[in-house]
Amino acid sequence: MPQIAQLGETYASQIFWMLLVFGFIFFVVGRGMVPKVMQTVSMRDQQISDDLAAAAAARAQADEEEEAWRKRENANRAKAQEIIAEAKAAAARSTEARLGETNARLDSQVSEAEGRIATARAGALDEIEQVATEAANDIVERLAGVKVDSAAARAAVKEVLHG
Amino acid sequence: MAAEQGKVDPMHQFSIHPMFGTDGWELAGYNIAFTNSALWMIIAAVGLILFVWGGMKRELVPGRWQMAVESMTGFVDSMLAANIGPAGKKYVPYIFSLFMFILFANVLGLMPLALFGIHPFTFTSHFSATGVLAIMSFSIVLIVGFWKHGFHFFSLFVPHGTPLPMIPLIFVIELVSFLVRPFSLGLRLFVAMMAGHVLLEVLSGFVINGVNAGLGIGPVVSLLSFLLMIAICALEILVAGIQAYVFALLTSLYLNDAENLH
Repeated sequence: MPQIAQLGETYASQIFWMLLVFGFIFFVVGRGMVPKVMQTVSMRDQQISDDLAAAAAARAQADEEEEAWRKRENANRAKAQEIIAEAKAAAARSTEARLGETNARLDSQVSEAEGRIATARAGALDEIEQVATEAANDIVERLAGVKVDSAAARAAVKEVLHG
Repeated sequence: MAAEQGKVDPMHQFSIHPMFGTDGWELAGYNIAFTNSALWMIIAAVGLILFVWGGMKRELVPGRWQMAVESMTGFVDSMLAANIGPAGKKYVPYIFSLFMFILFANVLGLMPLALFGIHPFTFTSHFSATGVLAIMSFSIVLIVGFWKHGFHFFSLFVPHGTPLPMIPLIFVIELVSFLVRPFSLGLRLFVAMMAGHVLLEVLSGFVINGVNAGLGIGPVVSLLSFLLMIAICALEILVAGIQAYVFALLTSLYLNDAENLH
């Protein structure tokens, strides 16, 4: 078994080279390179978690903005409904007013016309009365030879005409 | 690997050959010749450095290589986080070096490089090498424990709720189990690697000798041994990973004792 048989002559060399090589590995690889590798890993992990946090924040903000937009949209819609209702009411009011005005004008025209008709009728009646009185006077004078007072004739005509 | 007179010596693969500096290289009177063991330590180190260096592009979206390196560091990091907690972060460089160095050593030792004339040497099959790593881990546990908790660290040997008359006995038992840790740590790796390599070598000896024995039962033995070798090669690759993992896991568990006591 060379491990024991050669121990006396080789142990110093084995220990020396082991310490030298392992020390070299420890300081160059363990202390020099491994921290850099691990730093790269932790930087990557950091970046990933940062990106995830940014994505979560962006989503939260998007949700918030959507909520705000919805609120604004609802308000706008309510306002639009209000405006429409107001416009409807205003239109109804103006229509009513115009209708009333037109009605009034028509009424006044009608009443004016009625007045004119009444006047014309009164005038016509008057004329008829006068013509009838004259005719009655003439008839009485020719038939009876009696001169009738025109006022009496008129009264008589009126009586006949109006019952 | 030496097949002298048709015999395969399964232990020959573990022998250490000085490559240069056999006579001249001394440190405080000790010979530190550059051996094939040291060569394979350096090869494992170079392989590990190349592997990690390939994953240092620091891209936001990692490529395959970077993904592999990051999964290794992430594996060690999560192991320490699970066993020690947030305080385990500072041991990542040490545990990563330990785990990857042992893993590369184990796997490189299994590579069929002998086909290309290169004989891989598994230095983790030498307790003089694994012992250094084990003692290093154990020393770190001791240093951290006494640094953080002072003499309170000895309360590690008295679990909570121990009845008063049992304390001296429990203390001794716990102390012994604590002191055995570096041996179990180093010997486990050494034994696992050595056993696998010996098994493969013995089976390959069966294959060679079976064929050399000519017609008869020999080729049958060869074929069966060869099939078994294939299966055991797969098992050994698994063991190479598991032993590296076990070494790192136990070190992190011991560090947890030092960091958090019980």
